[in-house]
Amino acid sequence: MQKTTKRNDRFFYGVTYLIMILLMFICFYPFYYVFIYSISDSALAQKGISLFPKGVTLTNYMEVVKLDGIIRAFAVSLARTVIGTVVTVTACSFFAYLVTKELYGRKYIYRFVIITMYFNSGLIPYYLTMRAYHLTNTFWVYIIPGAISAYYVVLLKTFIESLPISLEESAKLDGAGYITVFFKIIFPLSKPILATITVFSAVAQWNNWFDNYIYVQSDRLKTLQLMLYEYLNQASQISQMSASSLQHGLGGTSVTAQSVRMAITMVATLPVLFVYPFMQKHFVKGIMLGAVKG
Amino acid sequence: MIQIGRFRLKKERFILTLLAVPFILFVFAFSYVPLFGWILAFVNYKPGLNIWDCDFKGLFYFKLIFQDWNKMASVLKNTLAMSFLGLVCTPLPAIFAIFLSELPSARFKKVVQTLTTIPNFISWVIIYALAYALFSTEGVVNQLLLQAGVIETAGNILGNSRITWVFQTILNVWKVLGWNAIIYFAAIAGIDSELYDAASVDGAGRFHKILHITVPGISSTFFVLLLLQVSNMLSLGIDQYLAFYNSMVADKILVLDLYVYRLGLITQDYSYATAVGIFKSLVSIILLFSVNGISKKLRGESLV
Repeated sequence: MQKTTKRNDRFFYGVTYLIMILLMFICFYPFYYVFIYSISDSALAQKGISLFPKGVTLTNYMEVVKLDGIIRAFAVSLARTVIGTVVTVTACSFFAYLVTKELYGRKYIYRFVIITMYFNSGLIPYYLTMRAYHLTNTFWVYIIPGAISAYYVVLLKTFIESLPISLEESAKLDGAGYITVFFKIIFPLSKPILATITVFSAVAQWNNWFDNYIYVQSDRLKTLQLMLYEYLNQASQISQMSASSLQHGLGGTSVTAQSVRMAITMVATLPVLFVYPFMQKHFVKGIMLGAVKG
Repeated sequence: MIQIGRFRLKKERFILTLLAVPFILFVFAFSYVPLFGWILAFVNYKPGLNIWDCDFKGLFYFKLIFQDWNKMASVLKNTLAMSFLGLVCTPLPAIFAIFLSELPSARFKKVVQTLTTIPNFISWVIIYALAYALFSTEGVVNQLLLQAGVIETAGNILGNSRITWVFQTILNVWKVLGWNAIIYFAAIAGIDSELYDAASVDGAGRFHKILHITVPGISSTFFVLLLLQVSNMLSLGIDQYLAFYNSMVADKILVLDLYVYRLGLITQDYSYATAVGIFKSLVSIILLFSVNGISKKLRGESLV
């Protein structure tokens, strides 16, 4: 009896470990493949690589840096990520703090915000509204429309309500105003949830390309993600015309379009992969908090 | 004294409310004002014209949805097919979480969780880039299959309209599997461990415990997520399908959100696009309320 259980256990663990390892491979290999392709010699990579880079080189990245506007696009993406995140986190948390106070009509104000999670106007009316506000073709269309998110407000409000009220009261007795209390007491105490929202917001900003695609035509404001999208599209059109036409050199070098594409993909992905280990513990916490209904 | 206190309190409440006003106006401007754009669906809107100068058309554009039903039917079919496939896959994150939780090594679990969550933080453009690298005609999958002699000519998976629905569903599962599992890990961790101990004493095996303790323990979480997904059936989003859109798979990948986008911003048919958008919103709201009703009836608890 005991023996069969043990054998069953070993079998169960064996199969489960195997499946999990396979899953990890499936999730990670695409990134790895693009990475080794991007650091391989173009001509060798074209003949086929699967597990190891061939003829390691940084030429592909040199070509990427030379691409028109790429450094600018990187700067725009970085700027929208930093500014957008700061604005969203500050606005949402201050508003959430206010909603925990005895406002006139607090219940209605809160509901007024929450309801927006369940409906939206749809793409076209929203687009025309942005145009009417003169936000199209400006940097601010990346920042302002997302400044207040009902979902973040719910998370923050729930968290702030769980904080002990006594700290705030004693600060008030010392003569601190609401804004001082918010920045000196509530903000530091809310670090866990703020970290979560910072992560969500920053990732969303870095990854967003659709707002760029529809609201902004100017090349000066192009984000890295959209640039990658356009570059991929160009290349896939070429490859649709003839499957083997990809070997047109870029800028007279022997680098293939495919190699450059891989390198741009890496440039757009690496920032997320680098900060990922630091943010993991925060978003796990966040999703738990989110599971508790606000 | 008390009078002054009350006066101060009133003043404070007033100031606080005043501080909230800009935020309320902001929410109004960015979430409620766009709703006035629904008027577009009732007039013949021409870009550049003032809304009030456009011809009033009544329900013309809503009738058009049904007159143009062939196109609409194909778009709805794509949307519902992929939603349905997505619904079929909703147990996967739960199953993944259950099996991973059974493993003894905490470090191994952590590594698996970390690696499987990464895809959730990548934009659809990058996923498209990855998919292109792997699955296009000169991608590594074709290369390996050719070398192994499984296929004779390279096939373009991204341009194969017969498998579009399944392929897009798999991509989506790949993206969200690890992320969606997190909530189940939490639910499993929250199950009282005494239940498992008691079951062991009674001689229950691993699968008995999974079936009779773990599964019931996470079923309410599963149910909530499933219902929410049902209410979102028509809203598949646009990023994924826009990124993977090409002329070869156009007929199969055109989902409702993408259709609205193309009608409005590509063919510039603002009024019709708005009407289709409203149609979608109304159906979605009906779905949400039905699903909420089901939840109330079955679980005695509402979702929203």
